Amino acid sequence: MIKKFDKKDEESGSGSNPFQHLEKSAVLQEARIFNETPINPRRCLHILTKIIYLLNQGEHFGTTEATEAFFAMTRLFQSNDQTLRRMCYLTIKEMANISEDVIIVTSSLTKDMTGKEDVYRGPAIRALCRITDTTMLQAIERYMKQAIVDKVPSFILLVYCPMSHCWQSFLFICIQHMVKMSYDVVKRWVNEAQEAASSDNIMVQYHALGLLYHLRKNDRLAVTKMLNKFTKSGLKSPFAYCMLIRIASKLLDETEGGHDSPLFDFIESCLRNKNEMVVYEAASAIVHMPNCTARELAPAVSVLQLFCSSPKAALRYAAVRTLNKVAMKHPSAVTACNLDLENLITDSNRSIATLAITTLLKTGSESSVDRLMKQISSFVSEISDEFKVVVVQAISALCQKYPRKHSVMMNFLSNMLRDDGGFEYKRAIVDCIISIIEENPESKETGLAHLCEFIEDCEHTVLATKILHLLGKEGPRTPQPSKYIRFIFNRVVLESEAVRAAAVSALAKFGAQNDDLLPSVLVLMQRCMMDSDDEVRDRATFYMNVLQQKQKALNAAYIFNGLSVSIPGLEKSLHQYTLEPTEKPFDMKTVPLATTPITEQKTEIAPVATSKLPEKLAPSRQDIYQEQLAAIPDFQGLGPLFKSSEPVQLTEAETEYVVRCVKHTFARHMVFQFDCTNTLNDQLLQKVVVQMEPSESYEVIHHIPAPSLPYSQPGSCYTLVRLPDDDPTAGRNTMGCTMKYLVRDCDPNTGEPDDDGYDDEYVLEDLEVTVADHIQKVLKPNFGAAWEEVGDEFEKEETFALASVRTLDEAVGNIISFLGMQPCERSDKVPENKNSHVLFLAGVFRGGHDVLVRARLALADGVTMQVTVRSGEETVVDVILASVG
Amino acid sequence: MEINLNKKPEEPSLYTVKAVFILDNDGNRLLSKYYDPELYPSMKEQKNFERNVFNKTHKADNEIAFLEGMTIVYKGNIDLFFYVVGSAQENELMLMSVLNCLFDSLSQILRKNVERRCLLDNMEGVFLVVDEIIDGGVILESDPQQVLQKVSYRVRLIIYSQLPVISDLFESFQN
Repeated sequence: MIKKFDKKDEESGSGSNPFQHLEKSAVLQEARIFNETPINPRRCLHILTKIIYLLNQGEHFGTTEATEAFFAMTRLFQSNDQTLRRMCYLTIKEMANISEDVIIVTSSLTKDMTGKEDVYRGPAIRALCRITDTTMLQAIERYMKQAIVDKVPSFILLVYCPMSHCWQSFLFICIQHMVKMSYDVVKRWVNEAQEAASSDNIMVQYHALGLLYHLRKNDRLAVTKMLNKFTKSGLKSPFAYCMLIRIASKLLDETEGGHDSPLFDFIESCLRNKNEMVVYEAASAIVHMPNCTARELAPAVSVLQLFCSSPKAALRYAAVRTLNKVAMKHPSAVTACNLDLENLITDSNRSIATLAITTLLKTGSESSVDRLMKQISSFVSEISDEFKVVVVQAISALCQKYPRKHSVMMNFLSNMLRDDGGFEYKRAIVDCIISIIEENPESKETGLAHLCEFIEDCEHTVLATKILHLLGKEGPRTPQPSKYIRFIFNRVVLESEAVRAAAVSALAKFGAQNDDLLPSVLVLMQRCMMDSDDEVRDRATFYMNVLQQKQKALNAAYIFNGLSVSIPGLEKSLHQYTLEPTEKPFDMKTVPLATTPITEQKTEIAPVATSKLPEKLAPSRQDIYQEQLAAIPDFQGLGPLFKSSEPVQLTEAETEYVVRCVKHTFARHMVFQFDCTNTLNDQLLQKVVVQMEPSESYEVIHHIPAPSLPYSQPGSCYTLVRLPDDDPTAGRNTMGCTMKYLVRDCDPNTGEPDDDGYDDEYVLEDLEVTVADHIQKVLKPNFGAAWEEVGDEFEKEETFALASVRTLDEAVGNIISFLGMQPCERSDKVPENKNSHVLFLAGVFRGGHDVLVRARLALADGVTMQVTVRSGEETVVDVILASVG
Repeated sequence: MEINLNKKPEEPSLYTVKAVFILDNDGNRLLSKYYDPELYPSMKEQKNFERNVFNKTHKADNEIAFLEGMTIVYKGNIDLFFYVVGSAQENELMLMSVLNCLFDSLSQILRKNVERRCLLDNMEGVFLVVDEIIDGGVILESDPQQVLQKVSYRVRLIIYSQLPVISDLFESFQN
């Protein structure tokens, strides 16, 4: 056979591949010589190589043929040729999953495992572990035990067991199911591993440490002990050192150990190790620690700085990548390395150059930006998408730092947008441009123009719809809205359904906002009504009819500001409505609101990778509460749950009983849910109730006790309170809370309670109800339209002086958190160097009444605030003004 | 895909290497092993990945690259390319030590003829070397001398492949 190969090679030249024209069936045919006697090791070896080569190339072997070849191969164990034997082990490992009855080689392998030949032991154990599954564990247990008892083989077993494919499950099974073996064996393994960890063989040391950690990782005390031991005694293997550093930093992270801990000292001491691998691991561990101060970072940064001038590309890469990470949080700590980073800008490895430049962009001054951007544009086409995204992220961070540079950046980004690139890359650019537009109003028109150009030829539906949405929002408010119409309508003609539908919505917004464009928009809309897609037609018809009414309020409600209800909630309510035949029309106000209104396009550039998973419509926290409360009969008839607050702690952290309260607001009631935990193991609490004493206007209707509160098992009790109907002071209330219960002492060990108990009580901290508890945030993308829609029927205005507040920023922050309303039109951001500001807030008051607040702020000595409130309900306006006062 | 530097380091474990592969100068796979069953489970995905890596790396010998969220260290020699792949959080120097060990061991086994034809002629030795350096993603050995000792593989004579006549004779003797 070999002869044939060589001839073929000759024909196609010496550079050809002797395995190129392999046929699976021919090779399997050849494998028959495995059965010949005597065995010809060289030929058999060659055939085994071919089989492994074919498997490696992805050739598919059927179960029957694989099993046949496997069984033939087992005969080769009769030969004593070393290489052949080793290839048999490899074949076993490769075929373990495709052949049947692989366990027949168990005895051959165990023989080699315990035999005289040293070179066989390791590979034999590794092969054995690969074919071992739970069912045959019992069968080999004997050999494993033997190997453990026997000094030398056990040593090898320990070293090689972790290497095997299934060692984790093997260990797990030992520990979980074979109780009679487990305690003994695991203990012995730990001892053996400990001994191996002080071995002279550096790889043995490394593997033993890995195994030790795996055996003990759930026992924090044992891990601490182990770390203490090895950090003191020191290790020989650099790999083991790296492992130890990782274990130490994980433990530091879990225990939130301070940086004065001996573990931190150990990691820092590794910065002086003589092996670069260890030094780098330590530096990287320090950099990745949360809350590291600049002083603690300094030694790590200086070793990384040294690495920057290493002749090894991998080391330079590692160093600059880690410095880049430091620069995100502590740019000043990296400034010392600026010179070294400058040298890396021209590195032939473009990944290193990119990382160096993006790091410099974070640490450098405004004056160097132009130069760096020029440098990077010279090779941006050569780098991979991953690094292009890094560049975009750096630019986006830079725009926030130096807003004046936006024109340079915008130019650069638009060039990048024209280049080839994958979705993640394009999305990063689009997000970056959008955030620039939002930060800098003067860049809006150029930015929109670039995006318009981009959607002319954009293959990513998600991006096209996103940009169309943005155009609809921003376009009508530009000086020349008409120029965007063409771009949008082109999409209606050329694109897929989703994009067409988005384009129709965008068009409608132009029509609603710009009266002079309305006639042309209506004509275009009419064309869209003949679209082949249902969704597009429906939208066009809907908008057409709304626009023809020419009513501001309608436009605001149905075109500018969409639904603010929670979609799963709406689905549930509609389903409920269809179940009960009724004359009443469906009331949107009964639908729970979306709990987390999307913050206004605050594009978080950073975690691009995290949103890779398709977003699941997981039930929100509020949906879960809604379900829980609906299950309690006393709370039926309260209507839909309007809002649930964050939990408020009513006790100190380390007390006998831990109580926290969640405030659930309904249209006319509030339910206070007290989550109580009993931390005393010698007590059982029963009939636990929290008694509340609200001031006059609130009325406690009902207490629902938690029947029983055993040690450390949380339980909930509830208090139902009725809210006054039209009392302007209803917004705020302070309530004293007392927990009352029956105590039964019990045996700490068994939990067996005494027969009788006694009543007791425990005073909790006061609970505050604030106006924010009555209001749900709602985002109005077009605040002006919403303001007109609500109208001035119940408008009220008052002026306040905020004496204790020193800056506008602080005032804005205070108002938002006090009222718990959603800032609109990005009015939560106060432009620099301004003495006055207008804050727009939108929300829904319990019962489903829209409420809008406009707060004009002026800075003099303190801050003066003029608050204007509009709502469809007079009481709501009064409640809000009363609470501010 | 971002270079996820913010992610907390993974659970400390011995599983360091995600994949290892050797390609020829056309980007064809000569040997490849994937150790993480979740990373490119199908042959098609694996070959796509190798193709992508090859296209991005074969022109310049840059030693290290970051592709598809993976750190890749590599080395080219004549008509061969050697790659070692690890996660984004992996210590680059650890991966480098694997790559160097792989290259040096093969270089010794092949008597410094690290080129495609010689490698293919001694494929069983190559399989055994890789198996001794990494098993299941765990670094078994990083010292080429130790690897050679464990493999104890005798190189097939170069003459054998270059002079078919002699090899034919050799063959007929054996039969």
